[in-house]
Amino acid sequence: MIKDKEVQSLTEVTVRFAGDSGDGMQLTGSQFSETTAAVGNDLSTLPDYPAEIRAPIGTVYGVSGFQLHFSSEDIHTPGDRPDVLVAMNPAAIKKNVSELKPGAMIIVNTDSFDKKNLQLAKYETNPLEDNSLKGFEVFPVPIAQLTSKALEGTSLSPKDVSRCKNFFALGLMYWLYDRPLEPTINWIKAKFKAKPEFIEANEKALRAGYNYGDSTELFSTRYHIEPAKLPAGTYRSISGNEATALGFLAASVKSGLPLYLGSYPITPASEILQYLSNYKQFGVKTFQAEDEIAGITSAIGASYAGNLAITTTSGPGLALKTEAIGLAVMTELPLVIVDVQRGGPSTGLPTKTEQADLLQAVYGRNGESPVAVLAASTPSDCFYMAIEATRIAIKYMTPVILLTDGYLANGSEPWRIPHVKDLPSIPVKFRTEKEGFAPYLRDENLSRPWVKPGTPGLEHRIGGLEKANITGNVNYDPDNHHNMVTLRAQKIKNIENDIPDLEIDGDHQGELLVVGWGGTYGAIKEAVIKARNAGYKVSQAHFKYLNPFPKNSEKVLKNFKNVLVPEINLGQLSKLLRSEFLVPVIQFNLVRGLPFRVSDIEGKIKEILGGKK
Amino acid sequence: MAEKVMEVQEVKLTAKDFASDQDVRWCPGCGDYSILAQVQRTFPEIAGIKKEKVVWISGIGCSSRFPYYMNTYGFHSIHGRAPAIATGTKVARPDLSVWVATGDGDLLSIGGNHFIHACRKNIDLKVLLFNNRIYGLTKGQYSPTSEQGKKTKTTPFGSVDYPFNPVSLALGSEATFVARTLDGDAKHLQSMIKRAAEHKGLAFIEIYQNCVIFNDGAFEKLTNKKTRDDNVLYLEHGKPMIFGANKDKGIMLVDRKPVVVEIGEGKHKIEDILVHDENDESFMIATMLAHMTEDPSMPTPLGVFRKINKPTYDEGVEAQIENVKKIKGEGDLEKVLFSGNTWEVN
Repeated sequence: MIKDKEVQSLTEVTVRFAGDSGDGMQLTGSQFSETTAAVGNDLSTLPDYPAEIRAPIGTVYGVSGFQLHFSSEDIHTPGDRPDVLVAMNPAAIKKNVSELKPGAMIIVNTDSFDKKNLQLAKYETNPLEDNSLKGFEVFPVPIAQLTSKALEGTSLSPKDVSRCKNFFALGLMYWLYDRPLEPTINWIKAKFKAKPEFIEANEKALRAGYNYGDSTELFSTRYHIEPAKLPAGTYRSISGNEATALGFLAASVKSGLPLYLGSYPITPASEILQYLSNYKQFGVKTFQAEDEIAGITSAIGASYAGNLAITTTSGPGLALKTEAIGLAVMTELPLVIVDVQRGGPSTGLPTKTEQADLLQAVYGRNGESPVAVLAASTPSDCFYMAIEATRIAIKYMTPVILLTDGYLANGSEPWRIPHVKDLPSIPVKFRTEKEGFAPYLRDENLSRPWVKPGTPGLEHRIGGLEKANITGNVNYDPDNHHNMVTLRAQKIKNIENDIPDLEIDGDHQGELLVVGWGGTYGAIKEAVIKARNAGYKVSQAHFKYLNPFPKNSEKVLKNFKNVLVPEINLGQLSKLLRSEFLVPVIQFNLVRGLPFRVSDIEGKIKEILGGKK
Repeated sequence: MAEKVMEVQEVKLTAKDFASDQDVRWCPGCGDYSILAQVQRTFPEIAGIKKEKVVWISGIGCSSRFPYYMNTYGFHSIHGRAPAIATGTKVARPDLSVWVATGDGDLLSIGGNHFIHACRKNIDLKVLLFNNRIYGLTKGQYSPTSEQGKKTKTTPFGSVDYPFNPVSLALGSEATFVARTLDGDAKHLQSMIKRAAEHKGLAFIEIYQNCVIFNDGAFEKLTNKKTRDDNVLYLEHGKPMIFGANKDKGIMLVDRKPVVVEIGEGKHKIEDILVHDENDESFMIATMLAHMTEDPSMPTPLGVFRKINKPTYDEGVEAQIENVKKIKGEGDLEKVLFSGNTWEVN
């Protein structure tokens, strides 16, 4: 063993694991993230995988990747360009090499660089030998051979042995970045409780990878990243989908209402249904419906029955739920619809992120059909926005659409866990008083009473036909319809009095305001910080409420000479801002199925400001 | 403060108690009137029923106006979705008695998917299908139960497609209670409603319903006094399938097919006749009976085709929750939030 390897301190690193869909890269990446979170670094992750479950082995389109950015400082994105690529096969290099930082490290599983795999990756010559990786620091490691050597004597089949090689790679990365093995060993033990031979094998592979780093001459340096200075508290790493699920669980507890989720599996939203189906001890009812429409309509039935009812989906599912959302608008029932946006139109890019459902959420229904629209800005923010969406739905007796996206859903970050007692309570009032009751009475918020079936004396009928105000009787009167259309719009508009102002990060007036919404928060934030560090004066504002907008929005926007709106669509928020506030905005749109790179936004900021600092 | 204990006398409800204050707006002579009247008459007879515990849910179509006329809780929803909405209501609140009023277009065309899955899951819903074999509210287009060759506004040369047999569809979807009746046969309709109410699980009743405007006389053969006795077979559990004005015709299974035979001296004996078993676990014979309607030489069976007992979905959901609570204890949010790999920052 070579002693005294150099330890170099770094503030931040971006690592990308890449390999075949079956190579376990998502698992490797999420284990590395968990451990990295546990040692106290700030981090942000970006899983990027193909829509095919096991795409043909060795192909470029079958490459599954997991990127994470970790640091001793506060960070907001999964990183623009990786410093390190762990490539399990030639296709992983082919797919990712153009995105690496110049001089990046590439740790390669050399065992997979045979003729067949090179051909599958469409390499004419071996990139490890033809000098095409010049400019990168390549570390050739026979990962498969070393793994099978480490597992000699175990009872595993050669195929199962081969499947342990991701743990070898993970162990090596743990050594390289000075992380402990225990969190992953504990995970392995829990995961393979019923299969002791797998516990032994995976742990052996992990340790072998770690020890290999320590003993090989290949690596002369290892790296150390100090824990980040985060606010005091208890932390866990959380993804957007898990945060969304926990947010609704918390909303159920804080409102005292049983939670009902009607949903149909769809990428990338299915996990919310999966997570919530684990919480039966809270009385949570998860109904895996026959289709998207039954997902939402059964939730409407549950809301009518007095439950906290939600439905979860992605863009194509939101389209199918359209008519039912209108029914919830008409019957004025509380309901939260979560749309985890993905690339569209149609089936589009199921596993990739996008922000192109904003207009669908705000306008996509027949008739004048206003709903509240909220958007989460970070993975952990999904937790709070789920609670907020619930609060608004119940208080205003209205459907609320909560927009997240594939990036937030699958990405994770450290989350300072809140205590239940510190979460806002959600007041609920069911009408039981017979005297003076009518189904469409209005309170100070213009909300109608919520009555649980089973309440004696309050039997009444609701439905999708236009209702007379107050009595709720079917009514075709022209003036009543105009009145009801206006009233439903006003009810949603009134929510602006009940939500926080749009916050400005930076000066409250000046040359440039960068405005975003939803999952682009982190990239915009980091771009703004970088531009400021370069001497530019630039402010940031981020919309979490898209309908209605916060009351001060117009004032905020009009205090800046230029408003830049980066979006992963062709300018949907831009359109809303222009039509709502008559402000000119500068669009910046990249619709690549990926989150913005910080450098893209930073470049745009500099372009607009020119020499003005 | 001393609690006031009130003696509440259980008031016997009447049909009137179930009638809402809304004007009924079906066409004069519509079969829906009779269905509404029989429901309102039967409900007071249903053991333990409280009107505040009853929810009527409907989709779109003439029949779907039904909830407005019942003085219970009611939800007139969107086309085809009543079984799904009702599912949510029942799963959320198993204490409610949830009824679906629907039509042949609503349930079998746009809502077909929800119907078969509600049957499959055995959700404790009572589904009343008002089958008039026509689209009424959209003014006279053919429906998924219209007979082949039917001339309507959208099929001026006759419809090409084959109709659904609703009873057969319900049986094939594993509904646990399947019945058929007629709008105008008040007594039979009442008894079917009562039996559906008493069934635990999805109860489906196909009600042949006459549309006086767009499909008048569709069930004439079964309702006309002159022809009905020879064309209607009343299914009764444990009894031979006998029909006819003189009760001299019966159903026999010959070569795996039901055939009509005559009973009497030198003909068939009563022992030869098929005996109805509504509790038969297999739905093969029930399905065969359902399809007799398509053969003009065969009578149309009315009554309960199948009634079996099977745990309901909503019961299963409740039981699972109770079981998980037993194993894991009541949910503790603080514990869930702070679970997994956590670390402290000081």
